[in-house]
Amino acid sequence: MPDGALPVLDVRDLKTVFKTRAGEVHAVNDVSFALKPGELLGVVGESGSGKSVTMMSLLGLLPSPPADVRGGTVTFGGNDLLKVDAETLRAVRGGKIGFVFQDPMTSLNPVFNVGMQIMEPLRKHMGLNKRDAAKRAQELLELVGIPDAERRLTDYPHQFSGGMRQRVMIAIALACDPQVLIADEPTTALDVTIQAQILELMKELRSKLGMAVIWITHDLGVIAGIADRVMVMYGGQVVEHAPVKELFRNPQHPYTRALLKTIPTIHGERAARLTIIEGQPPIMMNAPSACPFRDRCDVAFDRCARENPPRYDLGDGHDAACFFDARTGGPRDA
Amino acid sequence: MLTYTFRRVLISIPTLLFIAFVIFMLLELAPGDPMASMPLTIPPEVRQEMRLALGLGEPWYVRFPLWLRQFFVVEPQYWIDNAFGTNFADGAQRIISFQSRSPVFDTIAQRMPQTLWVVGMSYVVGVLIALPIGIISAYRQYSVFDQAGTFVSMIGFSVPPFFSGVLLIVIFSVQLKWLPSIYDTTHVVDDWNSFIFQLKQMIMPVMVLALQTTAQVSRYMRASMLDNLGQDYVRTARAKGMSESVVVMKHVVRNSMIPVVTVIALGIPSIFGGAIITEQIFKVNGLGQLLIIALQGSDIPMVMTITFLLAVLIVMMNLIADILYGILDPRIRYD
Ligand SMILES: Nc1ncnc2c1ncn2[C@@H]1O[C@H](COP(=O)(O)OP(=O)(O)OP(=O)(O)O)[C@@H](O)[C@H]1O
Ligand code: SF4
Ligand SMILES: [Mg+2]
Repeated sequence: MPDGALPVLDVRDLKTVFKTRAGEVHAVNDVSFALKPGELLGVVGESGSGKSVTMMSLLGLLPSPPADVRGGTVTFGGNDLLKVDAETLRAVRGGKIGFVFQDPMTSLNPVFNVGMQIMEPLRKHMGLNKRDAAKRAQELLELVGIPDAERRLTDYPHQFSGGMRQRVMIAIALACDPQVLIADEPTTALDVTIQAQILELMKELRSKLGMAVIWITHDLGVIAGIADRVMVMYGGQVVEHAPVKELFRNPQHPYTRALLKTIPTIHGERAARLTIIEGQPPIMMNAPSACPFRDRCDVAFDRCARENPPRYDLGDGHDAACFFDARTGGPRDA
Repeated sequence: MLTYTFRRVLISIPTLLFIAFVIFMLLELAPGDPMASMPLTIPPEVRQEMRLALGLGEPWYVRFPLWLRQFFVVEPQYWIDNAFGTNFADGAQRIISFQSRSPVFDTIAQRMPQTLWVVGMSYVVGVLIALPIGIISAYRQYSVFDQAGTFVSMIGFSVPPFFSGVLLIVIFSVQLKWLPSIYDTTHVVDDWNSFIFQLKQMIMPVMVLALQTTAQVSRYMRASMLDNLGQDYVRTARAKGMSESVVVMKHVVRNSMIPVVTVIALGIPSIFGGAIITEQIFKVNGLGQLLIIALQGSDIPMVMTITFLLAVLIVMMNLIADILYGILDPRIRYD
């Protein structure tokens, strides 16, 4: 990991709101993070914590209305992606930042063959002609491990299994050698063997292509195996963020600690996903004025209901948004 | 696909025979006498002889197979004889109109062009207007354009042609005197001016019919577009950096057209139904008008033949709709 290198992607105070009939849903609240070249950032958090919405906000991929990216900056290649014109943004999408979506079954267009769908960004961003694009599309399918690639270019999405479709999605995202790959639970919809294959593939491609990766998942076991740093999200906020070893060795936020209890042990059976923590994730109908985790937190105290904790810097690239200091076992001063 | 098409064509044969039988029996049971319009001075014996001459003396189980034979064997033979100078028909009796005493198909062939011009043109115009309206309405849902589109199609759905047609005549022919109120079928297009005249006399009937088509098809297109605009693959296309025009016109429209093409194909027969009224209003002497006159005169062979041709059209359009569905949607496998 090239320490101190300038980040390829720098997100500051991102804020996204959904306007619904029942009022505004604050799905992303002041999320900040930076991604260095070649680095793999894991993002964890239970369902509804705002992981997908955060990432889609970066590239303006949320339908508006109802979504409104209300504030913050997304610095990439010297530009703020939230302010650039449509043409510049399109050059980034699929060209410099690749995106793999959560659901492989519906993310491909059913009426076009996969060859055409892979060739589309190649022709647009790299200006390849039809023949070269077809050749590169075939290479990409081979790269993601689809056998008989040449013939399968003319197949339609419904002729592929879920795992194969996810590989096609990855091939599309990788098509133009992006600097950043955002993978939104690329393995959650798949069975365990395919998951392992795709994980291996990702590790391999990352070292081969040198791109930075944001890997969203429910699964801390996956994160432990591949991430450099981890960002834990809850209620549309970053609650903890640390290098991967540090996080597993020394979790600070009560939510992270609860999460870590749910990961599989050597003897025990694999615990279910994060929902094992008691209680429901919050739906953020108001701009947060208290800690979003307080209803489920076993060490909450009065301050937690009055203020939303900022991210306290704990040194060594570790920070946590909690008023409770796990190291002293008492409230943080300041 | 080919075997599927072939199988479907085979299945449609008994269907059409059954339809033919039902139409025949309905006409058989319907009240009405082809002699009714004959002068009352004709004595009853002569009247009876005339009935026999028309073939009405035979029972239905003789006349129905006869009609089938004439429709499916004799008439095609005449067509072939005409086209290639052969002599298959060998003077066999064709289907003869009670009223004009001339072959039904000759009259139909004379009337067909007018109907095709007005009906066909209005359908094409209607669809061509409807598709962009549907696309824009969906893409800009709840915009002023969308609201206006909704309003126009509401009118198209709820105002019958006999009202909108007369309204147009009152405004553009009677008041403004811009357009002729009667469609002149004898008009020949041979230069610029006559072409302009042809356009002028076609505008109103075409618009009246197109309004209905536009109303329906634009609604279907809008709904189908809205369905597809929310799909995940649209987000994928955007995430690939595709421009909005590619996302909408290529990815979304291509998917949205699948159900709409079916609606368009299945709508073709019903627009002929709508033409019956529109042709009456604008005095276009097309098939619709022919059918009305034949009905009034109890011209059973004419009514039977035109109605059956409509049934053939319906069955054919169903088949075409299914085949197009299979071509447009790669997920459909018929074999
Ligand atoms: N279209 C929408 N309208 C209103 N609220 C929405 C909409 N989309 C998302 N949200 C809100 O945003 C929150 C975050 O959703 P998001 O999809 O980012 O969660 P996630 O962390 O990706 O969850 P998962 O692990 O299930 O994918 C949800 O709680 C939801 O209430
Ligand atoms: S701030 Fe308070 S409620 Fe929130 S996690 Fe920390 S201790 Fe628990
Ligand atoms: Mg998600």
